[in-house]
Amino acid sequence: MRLAVILWGIPQAMRACAAIFPKFKERLKERDCIAQFALKDQRDKGRWIQLKDGRISTGAGVHANPDFTIFFKNAKIAADFLTPPFNQLERIHAAKNFMITMAGPDDLIVWFMHLVASMESYTWTSGTDMGNGVTRYTNGTNGGPIFVYVKDGKILRTTSMDFDGSDPGSFTIKARGKTFKPPRKTTLAAHGACQKSMVYSKNRILKPMKRVDFDPHGDRNIQNRGKSEFVEISWEEALDIVSGEIKRCKKVGPGAILVANGSHHQWGNLGHYLSAFNRFWNLIGVSKLMHSPDSWEGWFWGAQHHWGNSMRLGAAEPYGTVEDCLQEAEMIVFWSSDPDATYGFEGTQRRRWAKELGIKMVHIDPYLNHTAAHLGGKWISPKPGTDTAFAQALTYIWITEGTYDKEFVEKRTTGFDEWKAHVLGEDDGIPKTPEWQEGETGVPARDCRALAREWASKKTYLGVGGWGCGIGGACRGPTGAQWARMMTILAAMQGIGKPGSNMGNLQFGAPVDMNFYFPGYAEGSMSGDLAYSANSTNNYQRMPHIVTMSSVKQVIPRMWLPEAIMGKPKLGYVTAVDSVVGQFFPIGYPSPGHVPVEMIYKYGSSSFGTMVESNRWVRMYQHESLKFVVNQSVWWEGETKYADVILPACTVFERWDLGEWYNVGPGYVHHMYSMNNHRVISLQHKCIEPLGESKSDYDIFLAIAEKLDLGAVYSEGGNSELEWCKRAYESSDCAKDMSWRQFLKKGYYVVKPEPEGSRAPVGLRWFYEGRKKDVPEPYPLPSDYVDKYAEGLQTPSGKYEFVPTTLKRFDDPERPPVNKYMRTFENSENEPEIAAKYPLQLLSPHSRYPFHLMGDDEGCFLRDIREHRVKVGDHYYLTCRISPADAEARGIKDDDLIRLWNDRGSVVCAAQVTDRLRPGVISAPTASSEYRPAGEPGKSTDLGGCINILNTSKPITTKSHGIRPNTTLIEVEKWTGVDTWKPVESSQEVA
Amino acid sequence: MVSKWNMIVDVERCNNCRACFLAVKDEHTGNDFPDYAAEQPPMGANWLDIERKERGRYPIVDAHFMPVMCNHCDDAPCMKVAKDGAIRKRDDGIVIIDPVKAKGQKEIVDACPYGAVSWNEELQLPQAWIFDAHLLDSGWNKTRAEQCCPTDVFKSVKVEDAQMQKMAADEGLEVLQPELGTKPRVYYKNMHFFNRCFVGGSVIATVDGVEECAADAEIILQQDGGELARATTDTFGEFKIDKLKPNSGSYQLEIIGTAGKLSQTFELGAESLYLGELRLV
Repeated sequence: MRLAVILWGIPQAMRACAAIFPKFKERLKERDCIAQFALKDQRDKGRWIQLKDGRISTGAGVHANPDFTIFFKNAKIAADFLTPPFNQLERIHAAKNFMITMAGPDDLIVWFMHLVASMESYTWTSGTDMGNGVTRYTNGTNGGPIFVYVKDGKILRTTSMDFDGSDPGSFTIKARGKTFKPPRKTTLAAHGACQKSMVYSKNRILKPMKRVDFDPHGDRNIQNRGKSEFVEISWEEALDIVSGEIKRCKKVGPGAILVANGSHHQWGNLGHYLSAFNRFWNLIGVSKLMHSPDSWEGWFWGAQHHWGNSMRLGAAEPYGTVEDCLQEAEMIVFWSSDPDATYGFEGTQRRRWAKELGIKMVHIDPYLNHTAAHLGGKWISPKPGTDTAFAQALTYIWITEGTYDKEFVEKRTTGFDEWKAHVLGEDDGIPKTPEWQEGETGVPARDCRALAREWASKKTYLGVGGWGCGIGGACRGPTGAQWARMMTILAAMQGIGKPGSNMGNLQFGAPVDMNFYFPGYAEGSMSGDLAYSANSTNNYQRMPHIVTMSSVKQVIPRMWLPEAIMGKPKLGYVTAVDSVVGQFFPIGYPSPGHVPVEMIYKYGSSSFGTMVESNRWVRMYQHESLKFVVNQSVWWEGETKYADVILPACTVFERWDLGEWYNVGPGYVHHMYSMNNHRVISLQHKCIEPLGESKSDYDIFLAIAEKLDLGAVYSEGGNSELEWCKRAYESSDCAKDMSWRQFLKKGYYVVKPEPEGSRAPVGLRWFYEGRKKDVPEPYPLPSDYVDKYAEGLQTPSGKYEFVPTTLKRFDDPERPPVNKYMRTFENSENEPEIAAKYPLQLLSPHSRYPFHLMGDDEGCFLRDIREHRVKVGDHYYLTCRISPADAEARGIKDDDLIRLWNDRGSVVCAAQVTDRLRPGVISAPTASSEYRPAGEPGKSTDLGGCINILNTSKPITTKSHGIRPNTTLIEVEKWTGVDTWKPVESSQEVA
Repeated sequence: MVSKWNMIVDVERCNNCRACFLAVKDEHTGNDFPDYAAEQPPMGANWLDIERKERGRYPIVDAHFMPVMCNHCDDAPCMKVAKDGAIRKRDDGIVIIDPVKAKGQKEIVDACPYGAVSWNEELQLPQAWIFDAHLLDSGWNKTRAEQCCPTDVFKSVKVEDAQMQKMAADEGLEVLQPELGTKPRVYYKNMHFFNRCFVGGSVIATVDGVEECAADAEIILQQDGGELARATTDTFGEFKIDKLKPNSGSYQLEIIGTAGKLSQTFELGAESLYLGELRLV
């Protein structure tokens, strides 16, 4: 009886909804169908609903000719399933245990189920009415959350957020008699502030396209990828080709399809590659790329062997360091540390507090970086790749003058005697004196001594890499592992964890609430992917959804994808985060029982601008074994045209999503939102309709899924992105405080500030004081403690290991257990011929204004920033820094077009002559969205600015697949406009 | 007396993050605000721009940034060349180039001594930063540049002129090229990073035959026999004496450290000066 009423109610509700909401009425007209609800145990019971030309008719019982049937096991299950309020866990349980099943055309079922489910959403209102027809929506970017003002379906403006009286207060930090409070607003990195120009860029892909000379049933003209033009095709044709090729490749064997995503995506938990993308591909079964931890390299492959922290990729515990630094530290040493470059400006505010407090600053970097220029202080500029020698000499002073933390070394570390012997030269005959390091680094011995003494006599914070506790900078070079290892040694010798002595640069570890739950993007949102995302940590329990798992196990190291495709695969190593030794596991290609890749599905981003020795990608794309390539992108980027079919994705402003500012989630950057002064969660309103024929990533995957009868599985029975948003929101702690409807309207939620008493303790203070671990991170795994749970570090001894046991168990010539200084690979000693030809060292740091290549788009405002690109003629050339001495020697002036080249490639940039750079060093940002070969692709000079073309694809250490882009040797000259560069024969080999 | 808008820009607080630069582009690209400003071209027109100044030589260098835009001068040279009332001065001090009346008047671009007016080729229109007058008129209490700045470089203040003059005197604010007499309404704090020089050096002492950084050495800067400034070297033996006028002639430097002394004369040219390694004897 109850069920009969509920079923009767569905068409009644649809009629009512259509009467009130014209948009719903229009939707009814989209398709005609007869839907049947039926019971398995009582075959004569049920109800059918017919839609014809938008009109609804219905009847009790069973229709003679339904288009599809939704079966429930029995009346009780049906009634529970259909009665609001819905219990998501019960619904999921019913679906995955076959208590509810469907029979009929997949796409029609998905359409109908979504139609019914969407009725509620017509009663929702979103955004704030600002008057004059303007609505203020919210959204999220990689650079921070934003307000989006929309009028007449067009984005009027985007701004950072000012908090108002309805938002909670801000934290207070008391330090040395002063009280600091952050401004009542959010801040934006440049790549977040240029979004309107990205949405309306002339460079958007607005229609599906096919390469003119590609015929899936005839000649594919693989050799023309990257050269031929494209023609517009319909979505239907595009989906037919793509789904047809997926089916064809699945018959070839497991692993024939490879999906290739960049490291990042537009902001938002649902649309992220770890979510909608992974969910889809797990249902298809594909080879995946094994990314190296390319912003952490040296920390991952090197530092973690000394102290664990594998789930932070070897980086330090950031907790409580902002307050401890401001309250206790007397000096901050920024070592290859430029937080102002990439990570927004919340930390900038806090570093200004440190300046106000008179904390001394030292900056060690071959470039007087943005942070250093803003803060001032002593600048030390070692030759790139030699920092390890400088650091070793610091320890020489501490050892010979007895100024290290002897008690800490005695109680909390192992292997110090062996380390000391190396520093004093007892093992190799070379005492690591300040004079010795001067010969390597070019830094005067007196500066080394002065810093060592100052450091030992003052409470010092060591800020390493962009976040102060790792990431970016010197860890991404051939000596990156040595360097990161040295940084932990310095920290250990000065008793890391004691008040005022820690790793940090005020970027990470602000005193925000670390317990309030909102999922980070790495939690995979709707992915159901327990294996390749952090879904299992919280999200899987908090937002009941169906698990997805791929049957294909093949993975390929991303850096060596071209080698794999071209038949000369290289051995990779697992980028494991759950243990320290997981990285020793080799991965070969093809995997046992799997087949070589013959289709690549490229998902946004451009490898030319981000992957080292990038000319290899041209050769790969034109290789005969690669039969089909899809590129799904928002914008035309360097790699886009190396495809056969292009699918136009829309921006995050044209679809629904949600996310928290800098909340990556557990797995590799737990509590990353503590880089911010406020935790801000934003609904990412669908602010405008998708431009042209572009679609959301989710809708593209759903459309392909429907071609494979996977639509209902992919969408969990017809969920649209908006429904997924609601489910994700209601899984969070926000929903306990603000209803979905309120959130939908206001668009953002600010988490209350953490009271002083319950703030997270300082990182490693527990270790320094010999207590159980007390910072709020669930690492290491319980099985990795060698004694009692939560006692000691994630090392075999549980102590800090100057000479790591795990490296003694593994043989890698570039990671000897005792951390030796080894010169960077390309130098006058190892490769005199190369060094003679190419006398300059190239640094390629993270870009300051774009986020990798996001925001570098040709239509983006960022191109007008002269520190990023300079317009010469009709083209914006990437800015490249050069010292006055090196410029003068080559007749180069500011804004001149210059060519950077070596055997691997040749790239044209615009010169920025600056005294902020050590002579002999060239610095140009690592990413470019554009690849513009002057002649034959892959064999000529690039005018687009893909600096990575010049960098080697050799790994950071022998037994790894980490990148080593810094310290590359090059030569520079004024660009003549005539391309004379030819690839050196040996550089064309793939092995 | 009426309150008028002024903008105070603190050069020391700017790190070239470009938020303001992008906000102005965001506000005006694709948006037509009748009576205030026509659409800005999508690329190339930087109504608010940021100038860069590096001082010194490797390895003692500093770098600073200065947002520049229409100064909303009280004696605006652009108004003198504008025809048909194409430029108006509002009661609140804001200067508006009329997006209709100014059409074709390229001379307005050339008239601005600050280069703050750009030429919209497509619309044949001179255009400049309008102090977000359209937003202030609709209830905003600050400009977008101020709203978005993470380090509080900007402070837009609406006060009577006398009060502004007092504030300028009290806080040492300066305007761009005051000698032109244009009476800008945009004021700068810490402008010495752009219009003054420093002299710096690395002082070295030899102790027991080993070269060391000479910390805590006293530096006395003199000109024409009179003492101008004093400083002390830091841990690394470095010193920097700032706010010297460019091209201000010859100076004498006395360095007194525990390991010895040194006298040095130098001529200050147009740019800051790094004296290099200075060894005490």
